[in-house]
Amino acid sequence: MKRNTYKSVPDTSGHFGKYGGRFVAETLVPLILEVEKAYKSIKKKKKFINEFKKYLKDYVGRPSPLYFAENLSKKLNGPKIYFKRDELNHTGAHKINNTLGQILLAKSMGKKRIIAETGAGQHGVATATVCALFNLPCTIYMGEVDYKRQMPNVFRMRLLGAKVEKVKSGSKTLKDAMNEALRDWVTNVNNTFYIIGSVAGPHPYPEMVRDFQSVIGYETKDQIKKAEGRLPDFLIACVGGGSNAMGLFYPFLNDRKVKMIAVEAAGEGLNKKHAASIAKGQLGVLHGSKTYILQDKDGQIIEPHSISAGLDYPGVGPEHAWLKDNKRVKYVSVTDNEALDAFKICTKIEGIIPALEPCHALAYLIKKAPRMPKNNIIVMNMCGRGDKDIFTVAKKLKINI
Amino acid sequence: MPQQDLLKKKFDELKKKKKCGFISFITAGDPDFNTSYKILEKLPNSGVDIIELGMPFSDPMADGPVIQKANDRAIKNKMNLKKTFNLIKKFRKKDIITPIILMGYYNPIHKFGINNFIKEIKKNKINGVIVVDLPPEEDNELCLPIIKNKIHFIKLATPTTDKNRFKKIIKNSSGFIYYISITGITGANYKSNIRLQTEIKNLKKLTRLPIAVGFGIKNKKDVKKLSEYADAVVVGSSIIKRVEEALKKKYNKIKLINFVLNYIKSLTSAL
Repeated sequence: MKRNTYKSVPDTSGHFGKYGGRFVAETLVPLILEVEKAYKSIKKKKKFINEFKKYLKDYVGRPSPLYFAENLSKKLNGPKIYFKRDELNHTGAHKINNTLGQILLAKSMGKKRIIAETGAGQHGVATATVCALFNLPCTIYMGEVDYKRQMPNVFRMRLLGAKVEKVKSGSKTLKDAMNEALRDWVTNVNNTFYIIGSVAGPHPYPEMVRDFQSVIGYETKDQIKKAEGRLPDFLIACVGGGSNAMGLFYPFLNDRKVKMIAVEAAGEGLNKKHAASIAKGQLGVLHGSKTYILQDKDGQIIEPHSISAGLDYPGVGPEHAWLKDNKRVKYVSVTDNEALDAFKICTKIEGIIPALEPCHALAYLIKKAPRMPKNNIIVMNMCGRGDKDIFTVAKKLKINI
Repeated sequence: MPQQDLLKKKFDELKKKKKCGFISFITAGDPDFNTSYKILEKLPNSGVDIIELGMPFSDPMADGPVIQKANDRAIKNKMNLKKTFNLIKKFRKKDIITPIILMGYYNPIHKFGINNFIKEIKKNKINGVIVVDLPPEEDNELCLPIIKNKIHFIKLATPTTDKNRFKKIIKNSSGFIYYISITGITGANYKSNIRLQTEIKNLKKLTRLPIAVGFGIKNKKDVKKLSEYADAVVVGSSIIKRVEEALKKKYNKIKLINFVLNYIKSLTSAL
């Protein structure tokens, strides 16, 4: 690692220190090497950069606003809280930043078919959306459990023309959807591009997804400078695989005074069922990269649990594992119930219905803000909106709708 | 005799007899420890030349539904790497000549610890290892330590492997090359065709290692056809499918074991 920089990773072999790498079946290796080569070449090309920017602006609606959450700030009587409003993006979450980037890459590589995995369905919808836009057929893999708890998104994907495959193996959630997508990819390796939705998977995906998502952080930097004349004291985001957090954090990594907090899903509690891979996971290899993984003493993957489908994953992006070791980002966790409380508070006092994923970041913020200095500034990534979650929330609150 | 030579010896012997070898794949502990031991101990007498034993993993990304379920059954019955070694230890008390290859995914090995893993391999006279998710890019993880300990590290080549890639693959591989007949997962449809024949012929120009062909080989006809140009054939899913079928039909243990072994015999008789 170069001194004084947190931006020197991954190395040429795709490792973030001891994390990351390319742990995939041989059949896929030539293809992922090809993806890496294509990405390296395209990311410097003006034509690609301009096209990506154009779609982000005119199609996604970027830049997303940086909103001073005055009511919440007042209520907590602590620092100034800003929301980076990525939930206002087209399709309702940050996921589309990445799917746009990857589909432009897939097109440039001449790929004729797209596949993706999805947990909450946000990445699936974002993928189905860009596939509709660019007229490419796509198949979305979704665990049966998620399929049931995110029905509105299943319907949206279908309307957009995607084939949604219900995955019934294993725990029937995001990790199994990813297994199934990898099986599809191995089978259709010649014509298919796999749009991975998080900063996970084999190199170059963690780097590539981070780069596409870093538009969140770059915009935030400009916006907060304009609003406050300085950088924030804290950034806070939720982490499942960790793409929204990486997107917000990355541009600030070398700004040492900006502290960063990533919030994992503690589910029913860290000693019960949860999805907190950094807090409770151990070093291992899953889905192409080495990172912290929820596993038992035999190295079998443990079925994670979170109220939020988007955080219900037993691993975490390798760069997060690296940032944790380097103590650049602080990793914490909050439970289902705390996230649910945050959901209610935010909806009532800010008039914003947040997705259950960012509610985790919000819950931690609500807990800590009252004890923080009033002259501090916090930016939280509101990475998705909660329309998709209303059924889950209603069920949890025992309300019939 | 160093233990790794068992595999070489077997291939030399097959070559002398101008015979194609038969590699059977079963998942360790499927459906349970004792039944899988009973199948294992009778494999050599059923015409199996080399035993490939699957180390159960909860997320076998390169496997089709049949082997996924075998993994689930084994894990449900508390199978793990330690017990897999116990299974082989028991087998080795009776058979010290049939080569045994372990196949699986990296995470359980990583968790078990590389040094422990190698120690157990040596102790139980296991002859080689195949790890699906360790391509040459990750040779430092396990391949190099394994080779250093004179254990075979068998690599995979596939229809997506070109000449340059193959050179990279064979660099740190030994024992034999496992050629995956299709782009796909285990148990998918295999098609014997000219392409496959040509690919194997081309690979043989680049290596002196024997080439075993696997994935999707389902019947006597497939085995027969492949034996014309492969040094060995690997059959897995269709054997395990018999376990699944026998369980579905609620066969007792003895009937299940015979059902599986008779199927294997029907295949090996083609060679």
